[in-house]
Amino acid sequence: MIGDWLERKEVCICAGSGGVGKTTTSAAIALGMAARGKKVVVLTIDPAKRLANSLGLPELGNEERLVKADVKGELWAMMLDPKRTFDEIVEWHAPDERTRDAILSNRIYQELSNAVAGSQEYMAMEKLHELHQEGRYDLLVLDTPPTRNALDFIDAPKKLAAFIDSRALQLFAAPGLAGLKVLGRGSGMVFSVLKRATGIDLLEDMSAFFASFATMTEGFRERAERVNALLADSRSAFVLVTSPRADAVEEAGWFHHRLLDAGLPFAGVVANRVRPAAPKGDPAEELRRLLGDEALARKVIRTFEEERRLAAQDRRNLADLKKRLGRKPMIEVPHLDDDVHDLPGLRRMDEYLFG
Amino acid sequence: MASILDKRLVLVTGKGGVGKTTVAAALGLAAARRGKRVVVCEVAGRDRMAELVPELTTVSVDPEQAKQEWLRYQLKSRTLAGVLGGSRLFQYLTAAAPGLSELVTMGKVWDLAQLERRTGSDVFDLAIVDAPSTGHALAMLRSPSTFAAVARVGPVGRHAATIDRSLRDPAHTGVLTVALPEEMPVNETVEFERALGRELDMAVDAIVVNAVHPARFRSPEVDRLRNVSGGSAVTQAALAAALSEHKRARAEHGQVRRLRRAATAPVATLPRVFEPELGVDELERLSVELERRL
Repeated sequence: MIGDWLERKEVCICAGSGGVGKTTTSAAIALGMAARGKKVVVLTIDPAKRLANSLGLPELGNEERLVKADVKGELWAMMLDPKRTFDEIVEWHAPDERTRDAILSNRIYQELSNAVAGSQEYMAMEKLHELHQEGRYDLLVLDTPPTRNALDFIDAPKKLAAFIDSRALQLFAAPGLAGLKVLGRGSGMVFSVLKRATGIDLLEDMSAFFASFATMTEGFRERAERVNALLADSRSAFVLVTSPRADAVEEAGWFHHRLLDAGLPFAGVVANRVRPAAPKGDPAEELRRLLGDEALARKVIRTFEEERRLAAQDRRNLADLKKRLGRKPMIEVPHLDDDVHDLPGLRRMDEYLFG
Repeated sequence: MASILDKRLVLVTGKGGVGKTTVAAALGLAAARRGKRVVVCEVAGRDRMAELVPELTTVSVDPEQAKQEWLRYQLKSRTLAGVLGGSRLFQYLTAAAPGLSELVTMGKVWDLAQLERRTGSDVFDLAIVDAPSTGHALAMLRSPSTFAAVARVGPVGRHAATIDRSLRDPAHTGVLTVALPEEMPVNETVEFERALGRELDMAVDAIVVNAVHPARFRSPEVDRLRNVSGGSAVTQAALAAALSEHKRARAEHGQVRRLRRAATAPVATLPRVFEPELGVDELERLSVELERRL
């Protein structure tokens, strides 16, 4: 099934809330497509080594690594280092060495590229775009970062573009602080208050950062626009990953709505850990007879009832989501007894994902 | 537990989807039972706590609002704060300032835990934070020291340094990590504990493994279940459910053992709740369990 979704696609973006099996699903999709002859790379930004774990690698780095899986195509994996990617972009776009060094050594930049949540999401998109440009793979699969707001990463390129177009940057682009004069009265006031609140040191660092950054806005804006274009391209596909839990389903429904709003190519939903619907009827009497042990029979019945109740709730939650999806497909992956964290586990998911 | 509820600020973190919100709420209920004035805070635009524990004081920290409050406190003037907060230039600068929203969020949470409040008047004995998942939680905890280093002089630097000191003071701040008894959440929990020590010289105070299946069947019982032949479809399904439950429980207990070996902090477990939605009664029960086991 998922093979149909991804036929003729070059980029697959797996999104969803935390704890729904996004990383595992990304890896299983990548492995499945590689098994069907494609040259695939799966990218994660997750520093927790989850992807490396499930592919049987001790760790992943900022360079692609070939996964030793017995497949017809090729499976590659990499973990994005957002800081490194950011540095590379600065190196690429800086007009001269002096500006490059000024930015790379600016403390504000160092913190920005290291610690800020939003920049990670953006860098994931950047790397995706870069790999797509290079054209060395048939398919790129992106495991999106675990954000509370699953849309952060979609908005990231837009946010960066907006920031670049913002007046603050343009003002600093003028030599010195001369540009600030265009703000007229009031800006002096703002700066003096800002100075009082922050301490001049911080402000100077920020000015220096904005001033150097402003020299590279053109390159950055272009890239952000191209990343945006790639997301909306018909060669891309968004796969929403969810579990049947009420909160995850709700987030998936909302996310689907936002994808459509944004005009992004939504392929379908993968629902993980779905409990199978249990047959109707009451097994109590037969269990007592077959087991000949009242206490044991009671424990089995209790376990079964609990499972049945949860399974029924799963069905209700997923039925709600299906209604909201309209004609878009949903793939259900059952709750597997062992949690999936290695290549054999990923292969077991294959039969459900690829039908 | 005695120790973690006696701190002023407790951050509850863990991998996405492990039940951080539930554990933070249960911890809040436990503190309230002990007569503590407790506030439970949510961050990152979530707003579930008030519904989950209506009997507790809850706060959803909005970075934008926290920024305004912080400005008013720093400038000691509503008018000046208004001028600054309303300035587009200021908006641009702060929107772009790295990690500022993490810092003001941390600052707000820190303030809730102070006996002398800066930006409010209600005083609490304990502030419990339903923190973001591990990666972002680390960035949030790191933000005060980052800012203290960047803004070496001036009020921002001083304030950030004060917050940073409180965070690193084990008598003041506690960190509780929530996990599930599965491979990846266990790995992430262990890695978070190491990163916290390495990067911030802080320790995890307690680890709670959530939703652990009970070990219901003994080995001879399992053998008997396996040897049953015949029976209707529903009976077969019931037997299969019992065996699968047993298999899962065993795997989970193995993961808990692995976590206990790998982690430095004490590991407590919470039983799996077999209700589709967590109600008031279940939460209260979990809270009592949590207090007993930690």
